[in-house]
This record gives sequence, structure tokens and C-alpha cells, in this order.
Amino acid sequence: MASSSVKSAYWKGFRDATPFIVVIIPFSTLFGVIATEAGLSVFEILSMSVVVIAGAAQFTALQLMTENAPTFVVLASSLAVNLRMAMYSASLTPYLGAAPGWQRAIMAYFTVDQSYALSVLKFETEPKMTLPERVAYFMGTVSPVCPNWYLFTLVGALVGQSIPPWMALDFAVPITFLAMIGPMLRTGAHLVAALVSVALALCFAWVPYNLGLMVAGLGGMMAGAQTEVIVARRADT
Amino acid sequence: MISQTELWIVIFGLGLGSFGMRFLFLGLVGDRPLPAWLLRHLRYTAVAILPGLVAPLAVWPAATGGETDPARLAAAATTLTLGYVTKNVILSILAGGVVLFGGLYLLG
Repeated sequence: MASSSVKSAYWKGFRDATPFIVVIIPFSTLFGVIATEAGLSVFEILSMSVVVIAGAAQFTALQLMTENAPTFVVLASSLAVNLRMAMYSASLTPYLGAAPGWQRAIMAYFTVDQSYALSVLKFETEPKMTLPERVAYFMGTVSPVCPNWYLFTLVGALVGQSIPPWMALDFAVPITFLAMIGPMLRTGAHLVAALVSVALALCFAWVPYNLGLMVAGLGGMMAGAQTEVIVARRADT
Repeated sequence: MISQTELWIVIFGLGLGSFGMRFLFLGLVGDRPLPAWLLRHLRYTAVAILPGLVAPLAVWPAATGGETDPARLAAAATTLTLGYVTKNVILSILAGGVVLFGGLYLLG
């Protein structure tokens, strides 16, 4: 009955990820719209969403390209935004590391916030799941999320030009990011990292090519890590 | 204007880099443990990059030529506060939008 338990794991993942469609649709549509405003063609926009498949990094790249930052700064900054994917990858490895190479490559491509968060929670709470069930569950969480990311990027790209300027779309990206930052501030260390990052970003905003963001990012990471160490030390004594 | 060459370099560079980071541990590192200090820094990546990216955009918006705008600032504060308190991303985006349009209508 291995195949039926695998199938049911897939559908469990699918059902668990379905509510995320509500987040994906506006976010991906917005990307299509903003990218159109920045002058990208429909084909370029869709290519970016399929090749990169990471919303926050795509928005960052787009923002920096419209500000004419040098290519290496665009790449470094948006990859920095995506560094959390390396964390996700590290965290999934104990559960999925034994899968065949081609499956790991596919799952790596589809590692996004939603598939990661749901899967790791599931694997932790149900340690008896077999490897094929885990892989199936992971792919189940991907199914409602990623195809909609492509589809609504395309929709956004197609309706993009018909959105009037009074809608203040310039501020849609800041608002989307701000909304995502709120839930990330889980501990004092996260809060310190964010505050240091904001302070440094504002102080170094004059630095050309958005290199101030790199300073802010590194400073924030060090502040967060250091706070974590101090808090842990205090808890020990 | 974004140049075609730069755009495609960014698309493929970002795609390869993102895949590389996603594949790095799952594909290559396997079950070997990572140094604790590295994991500790990686944990704060998102929360150190995103606020730094948004702060200048919120305080000196490009749409107003870098002039601080009360409507945008109020919208930013509302979104961040609601996101922090409710952990509800969609609700925070919608509330931020309402404050932004309300503010632009009343003040503009």
C-alpha cells in the first residue's frame, strides 16, 4: 500500500498549502505589474519568475535595476535577500537528504517560504513518515503555490499597463515587504537585527549603488547573531 | 531604462545563484553539520536585509522626489505594526493600502 500512502501524503501537502494561494495571487500579480512599469516585456517577466522563483529577490533586483545600480550590486543584493533559502536547504537536509539526486534537485528548485515552512513542520511532528511520503508531501505543498506564482506573474504583466498612476504603485513593494517583516520579528534578536539594519540603511543611504544596503544587511546579521549569543549567555547564568 | 543584456544577466545570475543556495545543503552538504556561528548569522539574513531595503524607500520615497511624505510614512508604520501584532501579511498589506490612499486623499 506504499503508493496509496504516498498519494495521500501528496494530497495532504496540497490541502495544507491551499490557503497560501491568497498570498501568492496578489504578490505575483504585483510583481508582473511593477516589472511592466519598469519596462520589461511579458516574456522577460515570465522568464524571471520561472528561472528565479523567489518573490522578494525578484522585487529587489527590479528595484535596484530601475535605480541603475551596477549588475554585480543587483545580483549581490538580491541573492542576499535570498540567503534564507540556504537556511531552508540546510534545515530540510536531515529529512530529504536521502532522496535520489534528481528529486533533491527538483525539490531544491521548489524550495520557497511556503513549501519549506509547511514541510519542516510536518516532518518534525510526524517522524514516522517514510522518505517517499516526505517527498510527496513536499511536492504537494508546491503544487498550489508555484504554478500560481507563474500564472499570476503573467496576469500582472498582461494587465500592468492599464493600472493608473494615482494607485501609488511605487509604494506597493515597500508595503508588501513591511507586511512580511512584521511576522519575522519573532525574538528580541530578530528585532535588534531589523533595527540595526534600518539605522545603517538610513545612515548609509548616500553611498552610491545601494552598497549601503550591504552594510545594513551585514550589520543587521552581526547584531542579530551577537544578541542571540548574549541572550543565551544570560539564560545560562 | 534597464538594458536587455543586464536584465538577462540578472535573470540567469539570480536564477543560478538562488538554485545554488537552495541546492547547497540539500544536494551537496548532506547530513554533515554546519558551523554554529554561520547558522547563527544566516538566521538573521532576511530580517537584516528586508528592513534595510525598505527604510530609505519609506522615508524618502522616489515618487515624491525624495521628499518625506506623511501619507506613505503613516502607511508604512501601519503595515509594520499590524504585521508585527497580527502576523497576518494580507491584512497588513490591505490596512497599509487603506491608510496610504486615505492619507493621499486627505493630504494631497
